[in-house]
Amino acid sequence: MYKLKEQVIERLNLKDLKPENIGDDQPLFVEGVGLDSIDALELIVLLQQEYNIKLSNAADGPRVFHSIRTIADYITANSGAVKVTT
Amino acid sequence: MEVYIRSAGNISPQHSLDTDSFFLSRITTSNNYFKSEEPDYDSFIDSKMIRRMSRIVKMGVAAAMTCLKNAQVENPSAIITATAYGCLEDSSSFLRRMIEFDEKLLSPTAFIQSTHNTVGAQIALLLKCHNYNNTIVHRALSFENALTESILLLQEGTGPILAGAVDEITDDSHAILSRFGLFRKTDNHLGNIDGEGAAFFLLDKDPGEKPLAILKGLQILYNPESTVAIQNSVLEFLKENETTMDQVGFVLTSHTGIKRQDEQDDELMNLLFEGKNSFPFKSLCGDYPTASGFALWMGAVMLKEQMAPFWMEHGPKFPLKNILIHHHSGNSHHSFFLISAN
Amino acid sequence: MSSQTFVAGMGIVSAIGNGLLANLQSLSNEKAGIGKMKFLQSVHSGELPVAEVKFTNKELASISGLSSKLPRTALLSCIAAYETLLDAGWDKSFSPRTGFISANTVGGMDRTENFFKLFSKNSSAGKLTDVVNHECGAVTDLVADHLGIRHFVSTVSTACSSSANAIFTGTRMVRAGLLDFALVGGADALTRFTLNGFNTLMILDKELCKPFDENRNGLNLGEGAAYLLIVSENGLKQLGKKPYAIVSGYANANDAFHQTASSPEGTGSYMAMKYALNSAGLQPGEIDYINLHGTGTQNNDIAEGTAIRLLFDPSFPKMSSTKSYTGHTLGASGAVEAVYSILAIQQGIIFPNLRFQTAMKEFPFKPVTVFLRNQNIRRVMSNSFGFGGNCTSLIFSAA
Repeated sequence: MYKLKEQVIERLNLKDLKPENIGDDQPLFVEGVGLDSIDALELIVLLQQEYNIKLSNAADGPRVFHSIRTIADYITANSGAVKVTT
Repeated sequence: MEVYIRSAGNISPQHSLDTDSFFLSRITTSNNYFKSEEPDYDSFIDSKMIRRMSRIVKMGVAAAMTCLKNAQVENPSAIITATAYGCLEDSSSFLRRMIEFDEKLLSPTAFIQSTHNTVGAQIALLLKCHNYNNTIVHRALSFENALTESILLLQEGTGPILAGAVDEITDDSHAILSRFGLFRKTDNHLGNIDGEGAAFFLLDKDPGEKPLAILKGLQILYNPESTVAIQNSVLEFLKENETTMDQVGFVLTSHTGIKRQDEQDDELMNLLFEGKNSFPFKSLCGDYPTASGFALWMGAVMLKEQMAPFWMEHGPKFPLKNILIHHHSGNSHHSFFLISAN
Repeated sequence: MSSQTFVAGMGIVSAIGNGLLANLQSLSNEKAGIGKMKFLQSVHSGELPVAEVKFTNKELASISGLSSKLPRTALLSCIAAYETLLDAGWDKSFSPRTGFISANTVGGMDRTENFFKLFSKNSSAGKLTDVVNHECGAVTDLVADHLGIRHFVSTVSTACSSSANAIFTGTRMVRAGLLDFALVGGADALTRFTLNGFNTLMILDKELCKPFDENRNGLNLGEGAAYLLIVSENGLKQLGKKPYAIVSGYANANDAFHQTASSPEGTGSYMAMKYALNSAGLQPGEIDYINLHGTGTQNNDIAEGTAIRLLFDPSFPKMSSTKSYTGHTLGASGAVEAVYSILAIQQGIIFPNLRFQTAMKEFPFKPVTVFLRNQNIRRVMSNSFGFGGNCTSLIFSAA
């Protein structure tokens, strides 16, 4: 999650923040870090570029991007399912 | 109705944010581009907003904030911004990425910040100003057209007006404009240099506390037929403003130092400005379409302080009542400003 | 002498036709111009419907008399501007005090994109002729020169409200006696830059747009150009013709909420509409038709709708978004919709909001869904609300 925080800081140009300043569960939008709708769009591009995950429905954004942890969970859940073979 | 320039804010290649420094020392360059002396923007703009702003937006916002602070006005009745090139850095960035990634993985921020009205919009956003807001994007007459609209608004009873001009140099813009052969070769000390700047003014029918100067008149000429036609137009313009050429103590000219670009300037020097104290303002700010913003600022502060910069050789005599500014780009877009001491 | 300002001529080229008559026919036949991308080259061509003007650059060049190597925006602008002057019966002999105030947001970007393809790999590559007309103002100058107008030439660029502001400025200059004739409006061509830009904002509908519908999914981009010739009473006498309408009200306000999103209360929209009414000396109940900005995005329609409810409640005029025909023509939209608003007055018609099915649950009103004739339309309000919070409302009245 540290790396994810670094990526978010870089993509959104949050120059004043360091990864240590962002709590894993801290709300990212409105309160907390105070991101807005444009940041959400940038995070969608981040997911696609760094993790090859496409969030095609912008309405899912608030849920997925709620905190660093929820983003990390989403990435884990969508990074290719582990196939169970018999 | 008098149009008072109540205050100004200017970010340019000179020490223009602090007038005293401007009068004390001049900045020169041996390059063929002249980038601005920029302040620490954190003192002007909240960090949450600044992170998204490109350089040109920061320049425009800082110049506008300085202007308002100098007049102690918080909420102008109108904001009119002029820019010829718009937000080049973000436009280039979006274009390059669009080409490199074949129209995928593009940044919404770069696109949003590339629209021409971004500077004016960000100023309004910072001030929470819901009033009239317009952006003029018309080459070397952008600033002049913005002022024309400002004067019209004042006549209609709206005021004070925050009006300004901003243009930037980027690596891409400089590379492209250089290919048009507009600038001197780097090691040749004569000739034209690429420039940039952000100059904002608070214009009002009321002088307020201590106005800088009075904008007596503005004359715009597009595609004038000849230099003689320009000459006649200027004399007529001065007459309409109850002034004669004799009463003009100082002229700011658009000379660039490149012979073929200066032909018309030289002709006008002979026809109109013979014997007058004059100074080529583009040697201070470089050449760019909205450089008249710098010239207006320079003329206004000289009239306010009633002195010439210490470094200026052959400056005008004081007391100085009237300054005439001639701004042009090519032989097609001309403007004349008449400004007077308060 | 009255200081009224009249619309003496109009011209338009859009996805639904070249010229006033062609547009009128498409409007009355409820025939939209939105569909699969045909002229612009883009990787999104199969995915995003657009409203293109149905001519290649070569064809536009042939119609306009300009070179096909010029920016597409200039070609569109020239065609519509020329039609306007012809329609008004204006020529250069009338008055040197004629101004041209044109709006656009893309300038020569369609050519610049070609240049950057090569330049981005090698800074000595790319044809300079492709960037010489990049600036918004350069496009305006090209058309001004072609039409022979030089007394006052300017370009406005305030995103989606650009040409509404151009109309507004020219009108005021005529009213103040600075101009005798003002050719005002705007143009914008579709470019990869804008298509991709809007796509990153995720506000483009992959189907044909449904403005003001509960299930709307975004906007469709379009292109076009439209102009009005604004004149004083004196100018009207000189032209010797009856005016289309009077420009009776206008206002410009800023939402000052966010760079792209409108405030949920529609503050900027409300102020623009309210002050436009004030400037016209009209009450909300006196408006017969609102040509909505109505892009079809979640955000715009709710903000605009909220502002309308606040201002007009309990009595709502008929309203519709003609972007359901033409797509969102960006810098041209204010002028395109001004032309349609004036046609509504002149012809006594109201255009349907195509593809509308379900009213937005927030509002007690819904747009018109069929083409209406024989209406008594005396006053129309036309809204243009853009990025950067730039909101402008125009009011046209029967002459």
